[in-house]
Amino acid sequence: MDERVAEPPVVATPAALDAIARMVVQRGPLMFFQSGGCCDGSLPICFDAGELIVGDHDVLLGELGGCPFYIDGRQYEVWKHTQLILDVGEGEPEGFSLPAGDGRHFITVSRVCSPGELGARKPAGWSRRSDGDGSPHRES
Amino acid sequence: MPVADLVKATSIDQALDTLHKQGVRTKYENFIGGKFVSPVKGKYFTDHSPINGEPLAEIARSTAEDIEKALDAAHAIQYSWGHTAPAVRAAILLKIADKMEENLELLALTETLDNGKPIRETRAADVPLSIDHFRYFAACIRAEEGALGELDNDTVAYHFKEPLGVVGQIIPWNFPLLMAAWKLAPAVGAGNCSVIKPASNTPLSLLVLMQLIGDLLPPGVINVVTGPGGEIGKALATNPRIAKIAFTGETTTGRLIMQYASEPIIPQTLELGGKSPNIFFADVMDQNDDFFDKALEGFTLFAFNKGEVCTCPSRALIQESIFDKFMERALERVGKIKMGNPLDPTTMMGAQASHDQMEKILGYINVGKQEGAKCAIGGEQAHLGGDLENGYYIKPTVFVGHNKMRVFQEEIFGPVLSVTKFKTLEEAIEIGNDTVYGLGAGVWSRNGTTAYRVGREIKAGRVWTNCYHLYPAGAAFGGYKISGVGRENHQMMLEHYTQVKNLLVSYTPNAQGFF
Repeated sequence: MDERVAEPPVVATPAALDAIARMVVQRGPLMFFQSGGCCDGSLPICFDAGELIVGDHDVLLGELGGCPFYIDGRQYEVWKHTQLILDVGEGEPEGFSLPAGDGRHFITVSRVCSPGELGARKPAGWSRRSDGDGSPHRES
Repeated sequence: MPVADLVKATSIDQALDTLHKQGVRTKYENFIGGKFVSPVKGKYFTDHSPINGEPLAEIARSTAEDIEKALDAAHAIQYSWGHTAPAVRAAILLKIADKMEENLELLALTETLDNGKPIRETRAADVPLSIDHFRYFAACIRAEEGALGELDNDTVAYHFKEPLGVVGQIIPWNFPLLMAAWKLAPAVGAGNCSVIKPASNTPLSLLVLMQLIGDLLPPGVINVVTGPGGEIGKALATNPRIAKIAFTGETTTGRLIMQYASEPIIPQTLELGGKSPNIFFADVMDQNDDFFDKALEGFTLFAFNKGEVCTCPSRALIQESIFDKFMERALERVGKIKMGNPLDPTTMMGAQASHDQMEKILGYINVGKQEGAKCAIGGEQAHLGGDLENGYYIKPTVFVGHNKMRVFQEEIFGPVLSVTKFKTLEEAIEIGNDTVYGLGAGVWSRNGTTAYRVGREIKAGRVWTNCYHLYPAGAAFGGYKISGVGRENHQMMLEHYTQVKNLLVSYTPNAQGFF
């Protein structure tokens, strides 16, 4: 386990990637923000790209189907030893997240990384505000 | 109402049948301008009971147009409601409370069916606390006064508290009726009108409430619009026709609400969850008495409302010198939690509010196990069989581990407790504060000084001291750190729903002398 190649901090299941691809065609680019706390905490909130203003202290964990996936920097600190797996679940989303189509919504499943994986992992990029093209860039 | 019928209902079909005989409908439109109004686009969604996953009612799936209609109704009445004498507004709040009390069983049963929480909690907590909230604010608004300052012999500053106008309110699914009462009573009492959106998982009790109390209020004072948060929540929160937005929910949406509120430049109050430490000092075990028994109950209160409470005491910090013997007694107490049909009055813990919620909690239990936390009890889905087999039940679960684990750091919103130990008072404070949240905390000690010192150092808005999960209307509630902005409950809540008008009056005939 410890020898395995580092996986990215966030990945998506085929079902999630399929949902993203279809939504992007329908609505345009999306963004994800991993939430926390209260009733719908632990859910990834899916927005149209740019809906939530991303700040200097948010962390860009990766891109899924071309859509950025962020987490709050403070939350990242206590979640960083886990890998987040974006998936879809049955039912409409609670809260402000966009639905994933076909009466489904996005969910996050977590997997605890092995020490070897964590050692091999590149640090996730701290987001920066747009360079002008509307996309955040990653520093790693 | 034949209360006996309601009390006797133990199967969900029987309970639903009883509710329908009492006037609860199978289909609900939005409540706008004093009556139920079909959503503009005519769409509905199905509200399910988490007890057995079966449909409860069809609910309006509204759109932005419905929010506009609700705002029209609210604005039409706001001036006159805002100028209604506090005594008259207070009398209406009292009538609302009386009506709720007359229908306590009906509301309790509705809430239990829609949310899955046990009937003993809805009867003893959700509904009575909601009733009391209206009475408390009826009293507060009678006692509200402005202030005046005599700045000099000729100049007086009068300060009046004026309602904000029409406010937007978005509430969660864990205490659907109580969260509505927390938001509506102070807002409406202070002379505002409300457009309120319940959670899509649990819209029923608020709609039933409006059926009961709708005619007690001038039409348009309270408007309920149901539907998806991403669509109508946004239409409400960004609307230039609201004067304030109040939200309870998760952090990302809280942040989005603040961002939205920057468009119309309006105030917000936010309540966003927690990971509350419940700290037990060694002296709780000095005697095996009522106090120790109370402390054990305090430990077990993580299972209250199946853990779906923002202030769930989801981290227990036990002083090392008593850890093993305390845990033995505490786990014994947890083992006595009776799970079962939420309609059975002896059931202590019911169903999680949704299938999704159950899956999330099971996901966290899995993360806890992967992280190496020791599962001391529970740790899996509960299969209750029969009629309840398709419901969403999780065994009360206790993990023992350390505070850096994710099960100690993220709000699970389920009956999952993470326990660790501390040596000194300073270490208890350090671990207690080692979280991004700051909503609640518990401190248990027979030593008043210890309890006071720790209570003052914990960075949380509410520190229950030798108690937990009490929610009297007269105690302020709200978050430090990322748990939120502003407070709920207490007379001070009226400040969040009023603004200050200053009349600066000169009583001298003499010019100021500048021009």
